[in-house]
Amino acid sequence: MFWTVTLELLNGLATTFQIFIFTLIFALPLGLLLALGTMNKWKPLRFLLQVLIWVIRGTPLMLQLIIIFYGPGLWLGHNIWKGNEAGRITATVVAFSINYACYFSVIFRGGIEGVPAGQREAGQVLGMTRSQIFFKVTLLQMVKRVVPPLSNEVITLVKDTSLARIIAAYELTFAGYSFMKSAGITWPLFYTGVFYLVFVGLLTLLFNFVEKKLSYFR
Amino acid sequence: MAILEVKNIEKHFGNTKVLEDVGFSLEEGKALAIIGSSGSGKTTLLRCLNFLETPDRGTISVKGEVLFDGSAPHAGKEKELRRKRLHFGLVFQSFHLFPQYTALENVMLAEELLAREREGYKRNKRDIQEEIRRHGAELLDRMGLKERMDHYPHQLSGGQQQRVAIARALALKPDILCFDEPTSALDPELTGEVLKVIRSLAQQKTTMVIVTHEMAFARDVADQVIFMDGGVVVEAGESHQVIDHPREERTRQFLSRY
Repeated sequence: MFWTVTLELLNGLATTFQIFIFTLIFALPLGLLLALGTMNKWKPLRFLLQVLIWVIRGTPLMLQLIIIFYGPGLWLGHNIWKGNEAGRITATVVAFSINYACYFSVIFRGGIEGVPAGQREAGQVLGMTRSQIFFKVTLLQMVKRVVPPLSNEVITLVKDTSLARIIAAYELTFAGYSFMKSAGITWPLFYTGVFYLVFVGLLTLLFNFVEKKLSYFR
Repeated sequence: MAILEVKNIEKHFGNTKVLEDVGFSLEEGKALAIIGSSGSGKTTLLRCLNFLETPDRGTISVKGEVLFDGSAPHAGKEKELRRKRLHFGLVFQSFHLFPQYTALENVMLAEELLAREREGYKRNKRDIQEEIRRHGAELLDRMGLKERMDHYPHQLSGGQQQRVAIARALALKPDILCFDEPTSALDPELTGEVLKVIRSLAQQKTTMVIVTHEMAFARDVADQVIFMDGGVVVEAGESHQVIDHPREERTRQFLSRY
């Protein structure tokens, strides 16, 4: 029984991990673009993005997931997501990427604005272009500043993947829960918890490592 | 002929006039000190020279070329503005070294980035980089920081950081080197080592504009001094004359506090 449960949970973990990693791959750069957008000189753009961030941060991720997964089928008459596991994972990644990009953008903006204006001015008087100043001067200082708040969000993301169950994606929590439903046993639920703990534990080690790597400057 | 010519500079922040009809000229190889109390417009004037602020009126010319004209402000693109900036170097009051780079990397960075725009950079990349490294090391050596080249800014004292900042500003060989209260963030001991470096630059005929509160230093090192108050130039002249025998009552009042 233990092995059956373990294999099923590993199966669920595969889905959880895919949602997690693809969300990060899309949401991190998108968040940075959004952050730069919210700092743009052009007011209408800033306003538009602020409304977007307000809506996304102001409504439940589960609700957004339901709308993104079922919405297209109901409005367009045909579902753009495939009906299989891959389709459900894709829809989840889209919903999660938009949601997390909004949270990330606020963290990134804080990180960029936290770099003293003198750094940019020092770059300017040395004849650097705006993009050189961003990539060679500001970016790494920003990264250093955002690692702690970012680690919070990333750890939350691990556990938020369980929301994908609402559109029947067979992720980790769903896998653990299925044994309670089918066989009436509860210990797999705790075993599922251990999977999350190990996942988050590894991430914590990774973030500690990154923080340490970036501690060579102040 | 003067290397730097500044005429009728006027600058407002909102409704507050911070500079009014400011002008001066500077010969090549000479040092000019700008003195005056806080809020007199000294720093703003320096920032105008480095294009960190845009004056509302007036002209700035270097070697006879008009770099800024208030009647047609910054008509050029970013590229043009960058080229104009390179006539000036600026050393900030609080250094603003890039914390993620070593002393040597701080000095080399801008020169490396600029070299990428040179023709044939890709082909001679290694030679060019070697050359830039040698130049950076030599500058730091001149600042007395030979042993500190691979240190990060936070591992250096304030005086050492400021000397790295001076080397960084010199790396692009500006026509005019500007200092914005270069020793105001330093304790008296560290102030001495920075002033010594600036003094030696003056002996090597570096053209400089120095905003400072160190009166004795201004008198000894600068050739000319201008005293500013309330956004206008109250008195300008040869440094010993202005500081030892000021003509204006307002200058006398200011200097009596030192």
